[in-house]
This record gives sequence, structure tokens and C-alpha cells, in this order.
Amino acid sequence: MQHNVYLYIACMALITYLIRVLPLTLIRRDIRNRTIRSFLYYVPYVTLAVMTFPAIMESTQSLWSGLLALLVGIVLAWFGRGLIVVSVCCCATVFLTELALDYIPFLAGL
Amino acid sequence: MNPSRKRMFLKGMRDGIPISLGYFAVAIALGIAAREAGMTPWQATLSSLLLNASAGEYVGFTLIAANSSYIEVIVMEAVANARYLLMSCALSQKLSSKTSMLHRLLIGTVVTDEIFGISIARPEKLEPFYTYGAILVAVPGWALGTLLGVVLGSVLPGRAVSALSVSLFGMFIAIFIPPARRNRVVGGLVLISFAASFAFGRIPFLAQISSGIRTIILTVVISLAAAILFPVKEDKTDAA
Repeated sequence: MQHNVYLYIACMALITYLIRVLPLTLIRRDIRNRTIRSFLYYVPYVTLAVMTFPAIMESTQSLWSGLLALLVGIVLAWFGRGLIVVSVCCCATVFLTELALDYIPFLAGL
Repeated sequence: MNPSRKRMFLKGMRDGIPISLGYFAVAIALGIAAREAGMTPWQATLSSLLLNASAGEYVGFTLIAANSSYIEVIVMEAVANARYLLMSCALSQKLSSKTSMLHRLLIGTVVTDEIFGISIARPEKLEPFYTYGAILVAVPGWALGTLLGVVLGSVLPGRAVSALSVSLFGMFIAIFIPPARRNRVVGGLVLISFAASFAFGRIPFLAQISSGIRTIILTVVISLAAAILFPVKEDKTDAA
């Protein structure tokens, strides 16, 4: 059977929207339970940390440029730099590191 | 629009800029995948506008290419995007209980890793217009990147795509490091999360599990353990 691409897209969009919108509309009051509150307090940081490492090293052409970007990002964020500065410096770190790796044969062998 | 809403809207737009750039780069790769699945530029761009989900769209495109059933697409889509359920639960506590249904329905359209990240990082309760500002800047980057990926294939040199692809991680770092510095438990959790995520991808059997599911399992296990061992004092969770 041949399927309709637009129906596929509609199925994908609908289920994705439901997943996102149901908790926002069904949980309308502040949760009182301390364990659940604590759980939801920790969730954002844990989930972002899990998604960042080691994925940051796998997203770049070289493992080293990703690792260096991670360190640069952590140091800058630690000293209070904002989203944009940290993000742009991470990109610049990857770009410059990969440039250096290309032009310095010794480093490329690492 | 009242002045404080307008201010938050503009702040959201500003914070949406690095997200948009990162999305643009990531979406090019997604567009290439859509092209290989036989989708037209319009179909792929429409998917990106409606879904705003990288893993979700990628899975969808491969299923479409395989002429899978609609049920299969729905089930796989639910699995690939299940982490958003968790994020929306956390986000529901970030909203004032007075937030109207319309705002809840609108915010729910674009709960992505990044929009969620910057929304949850606000020091006070979430002003929906902050999120709208970010969405308005970020989503066009996602859609345009997808379009470009389908039309031109790999148009940017590999090195530029490589550099841009870490912009999203840079933002994540800027979100979880400041609380990790202030709060020793959060700091420890970040290190544990790094280690667990690294190990999970390398242990033979566990490495087979998709990264979306891996994120959910680790988030639930680590956060739950922390909630039981180190319950947060009442006033603190408001700032989450």
C-alpha cells in the first residue's frame, strides 16, 4: 500500500504535539510532594548534562576540538558568561582547533 | 503589549539567536536525510515547521522512506520524543498556576531541548512571551536549514558545519554550569551525568539503545536518586 506523505507528517506532528502539550495543560497547579518537586528540579540539569557529553565530541570532525570546546564552555560559564558568549566561544574553539589540526601535521597525528 | 512583556519578548529573541544558528547547522544534516528519503523541499520544511524535533524528524523520514505503516510512525515518534514529556512536566512547574490555557497550548508547540533549556533557566516564573520571542527566532533557523539541506545537499564547508554544531551544546553548558557552581548537589549530578552518559554509549548491550531512550533512562534514574537522597528545600524548587 502506498502511503500519503502529508498524512505521515500529520501523524508525526500530532503525536509530538500531544507529548509536549499534555503535561503543560494537565498539570496546572504547583505540585506539593517534596520528592516529585525535587525530581523535577533536578531533571533539567541532568538531562542537559547527559545530552552534552559525550555527544559534543561526536558532533565535531575531530574529537579533540569538541572536548576543547566543552572545557572552554565550562570555564566561561563558571565565571558567569551568558548564553551567547559561551555558545559563540565554543564554536570558535572548534573552528580554530580544527584549523590548527589541519595545518600542524604533528597535532593531526594525535 | 505591556512593557515588561515586551522586554521579555525581546530578551527571548536575543537568547534565540544562538539557538537559531545551531539549529540552522543541525537542520542541514536533517534536510539531507529528508532528501535521501525522497521528500520534496516543501514536505521537509513543513515537517520541520510542525515538529521542531531533530531525532523525531530523522526517525520519521527513515520510516517514510521505508513506506512504513502510520501506526509504526506514531509509535516510533512517541519513543523518539518521549523526553519532551519529562521536560514539559518540569516546565509545567515553571509556569505560574494562573497561566492561561491558551499560553499553555502555545508553549507546547515548541518544547525542544534548547527552548526548554533557556525557559527553565529563567530566574523567576516563566513569562510565556520570553519563550515566544525565542521560538520566533529559533524556528526559522531550523526550517531554513532543513530547506537548504534538501535543496543544496551539503552547501556549507564541513568545517563550518562542525563549528556551528557545537553552538547548541555551548548553550546547554551555559545553562547547567552556573547552578552547578552554586549548588554542590547539582555539580555532582552534572559529573555523574557525564560519566553515566559516556559509559552508557560504550557498554556493549546498552550501546544499542537509541540516544533518545538513553537520555530518558539516565535522566529518570539520576534525578530520582538525587530527589530521594537530597530532597530540595521548599523555597529552592521555585527557582528551578
